[in-house]
Amino acid sequence: MSPVPPVPSLPPAPAARAAAHAEPLVAFRGVSFGYGRRMILEGLDLEVPRGQVVSIMGGSGCGKTTLLRLIGGAVKASSGSVRVAGQAVETLRRDDLYRLRRRMGMLFQFGALFTDLSVFDNVAFPMRERTDLPEPVIRDLVLLKLHAVGLRGAARLMPNELSGGMARRVALARAIALDPELIMYDEPFTGLDPISLAVISNLIRTLNVALGATSIVVTHDVRESMRILDYCYLMAEGRIVARGTPDEILASDQPYARQFFHGGIDGAVPFHYPGADYRTELGLAGHDR
Amino acid sequence: MIDRGLLTVRGAGRSTIDGVLRLGYATRFLWLTLTHSLTCLQRPRLVVREIYFSGVLSLVIVLVSGLFVGMVLALQGYQTLRTYGSESALGVLVALSLLRELGPVISALLFASRAGSAVTAEIGLMKATEQLRAMEMMAVDPVARVIAPRFWAGVLSLPVLSAMFTAIGIYGGYLIGVVLLGVDEGSFWSQMQNSVDFREDVVNGMIKSLVFGVAVAWIAVFEGYDAPPTAEGVSGATTRTVVTSALAILFLDYILTSLMFRGA
Repeated sequence: MSPVPPVPSLPPAPAARAAAHAEPLVAFRGVSFGYGRRMILEGLDLEVPRGQVVSIMGGSGCGKTTLLRLIGGAVKASSGSVRVAGQAVETLRRDDLYRLRRRMGMLFQFGALFTDLSVFDNVAFPMRERTDLPEPVIRDLVLLKLHAVGLRGAARLMPNELSGGMARRVALARAIALDPELIMYDEPFTGLDPISLAVISNLIRTLNVALGATSIVVTHDVRESMRILDYCYLMAEGRIVARGTPDEILASDQPYARQFFHGGIDGAVPFHYPGADYRTELGLAGHDR
Repeated sequence: MIDRGLLTVRGAGRSTIDGVLRLGYATRFLWLTLTHSLTCLQRPRLVVREIYFSGVLSLVIVLVSGLFVGMVLALQGYQTLRTYGSESALGVLVALSLLRELGPVISALLFASRAGSAVTAEIGLMKATEQLRAMEMMAVDPVARVIAPRFWAGVLSLPVLSAMFTAIGIYGGYLIGVVLLGVDEGSFWSQMQNSVDFREDVVNGMIKSLVFGVAVAWIAVFEGYDAPPTAEGVSGATTRTVVTSALAILFLDYILTSLMFRGA
């Protein structure tokens, strides 16, 4: 495992902004969300302090990605409140929501690059759409962003010419195109080879520091994420079941946390899907020797 | 027996309700597209780019089909007209058939199969690969940026393609009628000129293709946007675009024809 690069400390915030900085960038208060009667999240409370890399972990289908969609305002909480940069997302009108989204960047699970645009144009897309910057400035900015993820030389390639890891890095360059305050990563490690995995995880950490941003990493990759995160929430069945720093959460006694972090086959999550009694189903009930 | 009958009635009722709900949803989507079309006016390049993909790349199939349809019309028309000794009216027959019916209808059917299906598949895949969601997270409205330009490109392309189809169809009729079968060239063109009315025939044909353009473009973008984000979902949506467009074109053609050419 390659060592995590040394983390430079952030410059101190000016006094006038100190109070605002004390407030967490993202805060969930008693948030529930569901489709119809099927609840995905129930009574969720969590905070993401500014400047930190916070990971939301949990098994597939536990509601991790829904959490990112709530932060981005793509869906609205059934009850409770989601606050981002002091604003209650569920109360925002479309224009205000779009204004808030301009302060966020998101890396999707498989990159979600625009397949009809080159690498360069993909990264330039948010700049061209949301700013009035002249083309020479956009060119320089795009090359800077691509350089930050090590792909300046791939600027002219099309997305179908990239490997999975490269596509993820281009998508990361696009996510940070406008220096967002909050970067969200949806399963950034899925399907990557060990080298790409190390590259992406190091980039998450170094870009968070370099941009003075806050990062939320939704993942179920324990090994890779533990190297880079400051704080971790563990989710199961739409609830937070454990929380803490990497050391705290790895030492947790909570049964699900213990099974999740140490890869237990049977435990809080049983190996067998619930069903009828095994012996009864095989017609062996009452045939004990 | 009664249970089976009830199930059939229930099934028919459910399909009807689903159909009406879907039509309502599609209408709201059309309204959304129209109200988000300002971007197309501010950035006409977006529409021009889509006109290239939908219109220009459909040119070959439309022109080749138009030529053959005109040639077949002339062959068939010549056989019938010769029976009554009025071969000189061949130009009128070819021109009116193409201007009023075949030009708008066949070019719309071709356009739906070539460009409509491509638009649905493209939007459906953009949705399946989270490109539309990524755009939304960048505070860029996908309806304004992706849907509206493709819709307007379809609406603007089809009347032009239809006009080209008709023009080359008439030329195909000329090749067969005059060059091959020996119909008098002067009467071929002069009878056509005397019988074809600009308002009644040419403008009505253009109105038809404009209406078909709206229908095909609407169906194509809606089916793509509404496609389930899976391979099966996108393929189903693409098929639905072609089938629904074909039915809509033929249905609208009947309605428009009955309104336009009642007294003719």
